[in-house]
Amino acid sequence: MSAPLHGLVLAGGRSARMGRDKAALAAAGRTQLERAMALLAPHVERAFVSVRADQRSDPLRAGFAQIVDRHESLGPIAGLLAAQDEHPDHAWLVLACDLPLLDAATLVHLLRHRASSREATAYRSSRDGLPEPLCAVYEPSSRTRLAAYVAGGRDCPRKFLIQADVELLDEPNPRALDNANTPEEYAAAMAALDPAAGATSRRLKVQYYALLREQAGRREEALLSGALTAEELYAELARRYRFSLASGALRVAINGEFAAWSTPLADGDAVVFIPPVAGG
Amino acid sequence: MPFRFSRTPLDPAALRVALADPACGGFAAFEGWVRDHNEGTPVRRLEYEAFEPLAVREGERILAEASVRFGVAHAACVHRVGELPVGELAVWVGVSAPHRDEAFRACRYIIDEVKHRLPIWKKEHYANGDSGWVNCERCAAPHAHEAAQPHDGRQAHGV
Repeated sequence: MSAPLHGLVLAGGRSARMGRDKAALAAAGRTQLERAMALLAPHVERAFVSVRADQRSDPLRAGFAQIVDRHESLGPIAGLLAAQDEHPDHAWLVLACDLPLLDAATLVHLLRHRASSREATAYRSSRDGLPEPLCAVYEPSSRTRLAAYVAGGRDCPRKFLIQADVELLDEPNPRALDNANTPEEYAAAMAALDPAAGATSRRLKVQYYALLREQAGRREEALLSGALTAEELYAELARRYRFSLASGALRVAINGEFAAWSTPLADGDAVVFIPPVAGG
Repeated sequence: MPFRFSRTPLDPAALRVALADPACGGFAAFEGWVRDHNEGTPVRRLEYEAFEPLAVREGERILAEASVRFGVAHAACVHRVGELPVGELAVWVGVSAPHRDEAFRACRYIIDEVKHRLPIWKKEHYANGDSGWVNCERCAAPHAHEAAQPHDGRQAHGV
């Protein structure tokens, strides 16, 4: 049986590269912290914000239930440690507060595929294939290993997950976990969120044939993508599945007809990439 | 103008009957067979796969183009999908026209366009046990060699 689930939004960082408190940045009319708490709330028994001791009375953070760090200068892992110490029998859905593109579908997918018999469930980064520690579920069984890890003088949550027993999932929306540490990254994320820029995620159906089917290991899939065009979608999937074919060698069909690579994708589109043909 | 796929062996005699027309004095057909070698490598069998809805639509466009361009009366094409042994009929094109010249030319046009335009793929299974998708194995992306390296992210992270 799964352990009950609490939620933890990490908002104890110093936002040094951003130059401003990341939790307080605006995201879709709210602060990033409020947005993250709202995303989390429907899925957990209680949602907490992780804070440093000196942030407890900060007006933005004071409105939420808090878990206060017990270690100085450990970074995000201090928040998880403190949470596990306070509620050792709960699993923790941990979210960074600086994931402006995180969507509800990505959280739902994570929880639907949660493997509570393992130490954690996390996404495999679409960029480098490594676990993403700051949108993940940590089971009570991870606590002993985490405490030993920190006691050993280490504090990188990603390296912790690499050595833990983790269920790794592919991201349904490869941009969802893009974080924003600098003003430039934040501006890029806000541009992607702006519906006027046409760049929110779309639900797409992709079918694979021949060599691409073999390399993807599947005939079709439904996915969420932030790709604006067929070409961007191919680039995204080529990274994920390590397709050997360059897009220049392929054609693309959208909704059953040949289309230009630059065609903007719309929600619900069915996309087929066409490797070099060899009929007859 | 019919274009279709078939999962079972083709019968050219039956296909030909459908193109019969008293106004036509010429009939030309092309049959593509599974050959036992390709570029010097012995081939045991072929596997055809198609994105059928688009291939049928594009195939019918080719037949319509041939009809307009050469003034033929009837044209048809059937392509196999699935596993085919050496010697099997893989594609059949048939054209009937008032005179032989347009029948020959339309038939040639149709098979050439079918080979170049239809989303159909062919995997060759070689006598030595290897296999490969025809036309796909030599157009690797420039980064493919890099991407094919063992994933070393763990080392990069010092683990």
